[in-house]
Amino acid sequence: MRLINQKISRPTHVALAALPFVLAIIAYMVASDLRLQVNPADKLLPSFTSMADAFWRMAAEPDRRSGDILLWGDTWASLARLGIGVGISTLLAILLGIPIGLIPVARSTLSSFVSTLSLIPPITVLPILFIMVGLGELSKVSLIVFGTAPVMVRTIALAVAELPKELLIKAQTLGASTWQIIVRVVLPQVLPRVVVAIRLGLVPAWIFLISAEAIASTEGLGYRIFLVRRYLAMDIILPYVAWITVIAVVLDRGLLMLSRKAFRWAHLGEDTEGGGL
Amino acid sequence: MTTTGISVRDLSMNYDGVPILERVSIDIAFGTFCTIVGASGCGKSTFLRLLLGQERPSGGVILLDDVPIPHEPTPERGIVFQRYSIFPHLTVRENLLMAANFQGSPLLGRIFGSRRRAAREAADTLLEKVGLTAAADRYPAQLSGGMQQRVAIAQALTMKPKVLLMDEPFGALDPGVRADMQGLILDIWREQDMTVFMVTHDLQEAFRLGTRLIAFDKVRVDPQFPNAYGARITYDLPIDDVTEPPMDPDAGFALPDNTAEGAEIAC
Repeated sequence: MRLINQKISRPTHVALAALPFVLAIIAYMVASDLRLQVNPADKLLPSFTSMADAFWRMAAEPDRRSGDILLWGDTWASLARLGIGVGISTLLAILLGIPIGLIPVARSTLSSFVSTLSLIPPITVLPILFIMVGLGELSKVSLIVFGTAPVMVRTIALAVAELPKELLIKAQTLGASTWQIIVRVVLPQVLPRVVVAIRLGLVPAWIFLISAEAIASTEGLGYRIFLVRRYLAMDIILPYVAWITVIAVVLDRGLLMLSRKAFRWAHLGEDTEGGGL
Repeated sequence: MTTTGISVRDLSMNYDGVPILERVSIDIAFGTFCTIVGASGCGKSTFLRLLLGQERPSGGVILLDDVPIPHEPTPERGIVFQRYSIFPHLTVRENLLMAANFQGSPLLGRIFGSRRRAAREAADTLLEKVGLTAAADRYPAQLSGGMQQRVAIAQALTMKPKVLLMDEPFGALDPGVRADMQGLILDIWREQDMTVFMVTHDLQEAFRLGTRLIAFDKVRVDPQFPNAYGARITYDLPIDDVTEPPMDPDAGFALPDNTAEGAEIAC
């Protein structure tokens, strides 16, 4: 049978999906073990036990200097920045993307401007933000908004423009005004696309969050890994990176599940085998 | 001169300088079931879009009850497309409630309470008429093509339009389903006082349903430059209910004598 026609059963799928993860962990363990045998004080590839110890110190024991539990403080600070930044971007995507996609005068006015904005490398805006709004929270959130909003606006504008013209005409023959078309026809139909835009926007959002925190911050996941880098503290950095990844995966899957629950119509006939994309 | 119905005067339409329709004039009395046939690219769908107001003609006017139609879609003229006619994010019943929602609530587009109950009852009556009571709470993606077109027709009727426009509404359906739908649309046309325009590829369907059949074709053809001329109405037949199709539908569309074979190539 051709490979493209194979059907994968659920248990096989789970096993196959786990395989690359298991292999990566085994490869790490072997490499770490080899290095530690040569030099027990090696810091580059710490063992899982020392990483677990370090992570436990960060997650459960108060910091000796500040008395805070660092992991939770860092996580909270980073997630707040990420949430506010992506939240503002989402609002902008809806408030600008729908008019740009639907209303000719808005498209003429804004679409070239937003496209141009989206091509400015966001990280080059960071020094400008630092100078203009200082090193506080505002500059970090602004960087995330600047890095994600233009692309999200374009995504939503495109999604709106791709709606079948027939539906807009149909709404007009049923007596709908432009505003009613927006709230009852366009917005509900692009909301699933907004969720997709958020999921895709979270990827650059993390990059800008970590970058901003690395450069100027006093707490946050990015701040912490760049701080302990000075001491080659791989036993903290690696679990932190894993922790960030876990959060990112949970956010992504959570948004997908939310979309499936809230917009059932958009996921009908979707192939959910293998957990969906 | 007073007429009720649709009056088309010297209508022409060009796309990027290419003429599609040339000086089309016709009067359609109120209550006519007008079927429109013609080869692909000969302007029948363009004619329908102009009737709908989706596009602005390059020349001429269309009068509905002696008033020029506005150049945008209005509730007076309902439409059923071949596809994408109904809202995919709403259940069948909610699709039928949209007209009432739009009418009753300018700001939210959503009516509540007793008004919603009344609209719901009207929608359910309509659903029963088109045989979709059991599917009321399903989404369009869960329906077959024929059922979707039933919803589309019912939804267009919720506004009680004077004119119902249909662009190959049954073109994508299986023959059996198609026959059912033809019966349904005839019943509805007889019941509701309205003029129907229906574009179709199927001559048999055009003869079976229409009380008047018009055909679009190019009258003049320049073999060196096929796009030089647009299409006009080449056939305008009143049809009695008892008339059998005068030609074998499988034989293809017979062109009037004044057009050469070149016309088929052109369109």
